[in-house]
Amino acid sequence: MGPQHPSTHGVLRVKLKLDGERVIGSECIIGYLHRGVEKIAENRTYQQFAPYVDRMDYVAAVSSGLGYCEAVEKLLVTEAPPRARVIRTILTELQRIASHLLWLGTHALDIGALTPLFYCFREREEILKIFEKYCGARLTTHAFRIGGLQYEAYDTFEKEVERFCKDFESRIVEYEDLLTQNRIWIARTKGVGILTAADAIAFGVTGPVLRASGVKWDIRKAAPYAAYDQYKFEIPVGTTGDTYDRYLVRMEEMRQSRLICLQAIENIPVGPIMAKVGKVLKPPPGEVYHAIEAPKGEIGYYIVSDGTVMPYRVHIRPPSFINLQAFDRMVRGHLVADVVAIIGTIDIVLGEVDR
Amino acid sequence: MMNAFMQATIEFLKLYWVPLLCGVAVVAILPLVAGYIVLVERKLMADMQARLGPMRVGPHGLLQPIADAVKLLIKEDIIPDNADKMVFWLAPVLSVGAALLSLAGLAIGPAFQIAQDINIGILFVVGISSMGIFGIVLGGWASNSHYSLMGALRSSAQLVSYETAAGMALVSALLFTGTLNIKSIVEVQSKEGIWFVMVAPVAFFTYLVASIAETNRAPFDLPEAESELVAGYMTEFSGFRWSLYFLAEYTNMIVVASVATTLFLGGWLRPFASVHGLPGFHLLNFLDFVPTLLLVAIAAYCIVRVPKQPTRVQQLFMLAVAGLCFVVGLVLLAPVIVPIVKPALTEAAKPFYAGIHGGFWFIFKVSLYIYFFMWLRFTIPRYRFDQLMRLGWHFLIPLSIINVLLVGVALIAGSYFNLHGWGLLLVTTPAAVITLIAALLILAAEKQRDAGHDPNAASDFYAG
Repeated sequence: MGPQHPSTHGVLRVKLKLDGERVIGSECIIGYLHRGVEKIAENRTYQQFAPYVDRMDYVAAVSSGLGYCEAVEKLLVTEAPPRARVIRTILTELQRIASHLLWLGTHALDIGALTPLFYCFREREEILKIFEKYCGARLTTHAFRIGGLQYEAYDTFEKEVERFCKDFESRIVEYEDLLTQNRIWIARTKGVGILTAADAIAFGVTGPVLRASGVKWDIRKAAPYAAYDQYKFEIPVGTTGDTYDRYLVRMEEMRQSRLICLQAIENIPVGPIMAKVGKVLKPPPGEVYHAIEAPKGEIGYYIVSDGTVMPYRVHIRPPSFINLQAFDRMVRGHLVADVVAIIGTIDIVLGEVDR
Repeated sequence: MMNAFMQATIEFLKLYWVPLLCGVAVVAILPLVAGYIVLVERKLMADMQARLGPMRVGPHGLLQPIADAVKLLIKEDIIPDNADKMVFWLAPVLSVGAALLSLAGLAIGPAFQIAQDINIGILFVVGISSMGIFGIVLGGWASNSHYSLMGALRSSAQLVSYETAAGMALVSALLFTGTLNIKSIVEVQSKEGIWFVMVAPVAFFTYLVASIAETNRAPFDLPEAESELVAGYMTEFSGFRWSLYFLAEYTNMIVVASVATTLFLGGWLRPFASVHGLPGFHLLNFLDFVPTLLLVAIAAYCIVRVPKQPTRVQQLFMLAVAGLCFVVGLVLLAPVIVPIVKPALTEAAKPFYAGIHGGFWFIFKVSLYIYFFMWLRFTIPRYRFDQLMRLGWHFLIPLSIINVLLVGVALIAGSYFNLHGWGLLLVTTPAAVITLIAALLILAAEKQRDAGHDPNAASDFYAG
C-alpha cells in the first residue's frame, strides 16, 4: 500500500502481509520525505533554524515552533515575558484545535464519511485566518521568536479568538451529531486497533494515542511550560485504547483547548513581548532537552551547544515517528479496511516522521 | 437475394421503428441525464457541506456535465501492459449495456415504455440489470491489479448477497399484484387505491437497503472504497472506458429507483390518484397543479438570479433555463386546465393527462428515491466488508424471508375477509409489526453471538 495511495496521508508506504483481506503482518517504509532537518540545524544559527521546525509537522507548525523556541530559551537560561507566554499559549491551543480538526476530517473521510471534512475545514479556516492576521502566514507560521514574540497581537485579536471559541462550541456538537452515536461509525472504530496501556508505554507512544489507552500523561500538566500552569483544564483519558476512544479523547481535547483559550484571552498581561536576548545568540556550552505537548504527542528537542552561534547537534523527538511504531501491533488481525482507519487514528504527519 | 434481405429489413423496421427510435433516444439522452444527476449530486453535497460546488462552467455550474464529458472523451485511452486487452475492452461495454438494456422494460407513464408489455417485465429488468456484475468482475480481473481484483471480488460477493434480499422484497410486493407485467402492477395499485409501500413497508425498507448495496452506493460502496482500494475495479480504467462504468453506475441507480417506484410507490400515479376521476370539486385535486407550480417556481428563481450572473452569455443561458421550465410548466398545466375551462374536451384531455402528468410523477418519485441515496452518502461512514456481509446474510435476508411469509399470510386473511384498498392495512399492519419484532430478535441474537466469541475471528466472508 502506498506511497501514492489516497489514504496514507502523504507518502507512507505500508507493506502488508495479507491472508485474504486479513492483515497478518505489516512493515512501514518511511523516508520518502527525509530532508535531513537535524543535519541542517548544525549549519544554521539558532534563529535561522527556527523556521525549519515548522516544516516538520506542517499542520501544527506553531506547536513545533514553541517547542524549539522554549528549548533554546532554556539553553540560554532566559524566559519569555508573561505577555508573550500567554499569547504563545493561545496560539498553540488554537493550533491544537486546527490539527485535531484536520485529523478528524481526514480520519472520517478514510472511514467513508464525506461531510465532516468540510465542516472541519470551515473551522480550521477561521483559525488559519487568525494566524494569518497575526504573523502573515497560515501554515508554516514561524510565529514565535527565541525569547518571545516578534509581533504584538493585533487589535482585534482577543475579540476574534473569543468569537471563534464561542462559535466552536456548537460546531463540535455538529461533528458529534454526525459521528459519535452513528452505528456504522461505532462499528468501524470500536475494538479496532486496540493498544493497551502497557504496550503504549513500551512503544513510547505519547499524546492522545497514549491517553486513549488510559494513561493520564500530559506534559502541559506534568511539566507545565508557557502559561499552562495558570489555567484550569481536564485531561481526557480513554479506557480500552481503541480507535473510538482515541476519537473521543481528541474531541474532548478540542473542547478543553477551547476552554484554555477562553481563560487566556480574559486576562492577557501587558508588558514587553520580547526578553532581552542579543541579536547574536551564543548559548553557553551545554545540553538541554525540552519537550512540549504537541497535538500529536510529545515533541522534544535535544540541543547540544558548543558555545558558538550554531548548535553542535539537534535531535528531535517527533511524536508521529514514535507513535507510528505501534502501528504493527495495532493492525495485526484486522482487515485491510481497518488499516486505513488505524493510520488515520494514529494521526501522523509524514513530514515529521521522515524529517 | 439482396432484395429479399432489404425487404425483410424494411418489414422489420416497419414493425419496430418506434422501439428502435426510443432505444436510440435513450442511448443518446441517458449520458446527459447521468451527467446532470452527477451535477445535482455535487450541488447537494456542496449544500450539505457548507460550500458552493461547481460554479465555473455556465451559471451555477449548469454546463459542468458537458465539460466533464468532453474531458473524458478526449482523454488518452490507457490499457495497462499486463491487462487482458480483449476483456478489458469488453468489460465496461457489458456493464453499460446491461444497465441500458434494463431501462427498456421500465414504464415511465402508461404510454412510455420501450419494450411494450413484456409479461415478465419486472423479472426482465432485474435479471438484465444483474448482468452488469459481469462487467465489474471481468473488468477487475482483466486489469491485472490488486486493487481492481479485490474491488471486483467484493463487488460480486456483495451483489450476489443483496440480490437475494432485494428479490425477496420484490416477491412480497408481487404477492399483491399477482403479475410481473410492469403496467399491470401500477394498474393494480391504481385499482386498489393504495400504494404497496403502505401495505408492505418492511419489504420497501429491505428493498431500499438492498438496492443501495446493489448499486454500490455509500454506505455500501466498498467495491470502490476510495480510502482502501483507490478506486476498486475501476482503478486501471481511464477516460472513455471509465466514463462507461460511471454511466452504468448511475443508470443502475435510475433502474433500481424506477423498480422501487413502480412496485412500491405507485409508479406514475399521482398521490391520491383515485380522487382525480371523481366528479365535482375536490380539494385533493389541487395536487394536479403541483407540477406546474414547481416548474414555475424554478423559472421564477432563475429569473431572479439573472442579474447576478457575471457575463451576458450566462444571463442569457439562465433566461433560457427559465423559459424552458416555464414552457414545460405550461405543457403540464394544459391537460388540467382544459377540462375545467371547456368541459366538452374532458375526454380528449384524458390521455394527455395520463401521459404527461404520469411522466412527471414517475420522474419526481425516482428523483426522491435517488435523493435519498445521495443524502445517505453524504451523511454516514462506510461499512467494513465483513460487517456488510453480516448485515446482508444475518439480518436482511432472514428479515425479508419472514416478511414474505407474513405478507402471504396477511393476504390470505385479507381475501378471506374480502378486504380491499386501505382496508388491507387491517391485516398487513400486524404482519409488519410482527416482522419488526422479528427484526429486533435477530439483532439481539446477533449481539449475543458477538459477545460469545471474538468478533475478529477469521471468517470466510467471501463465501457469505
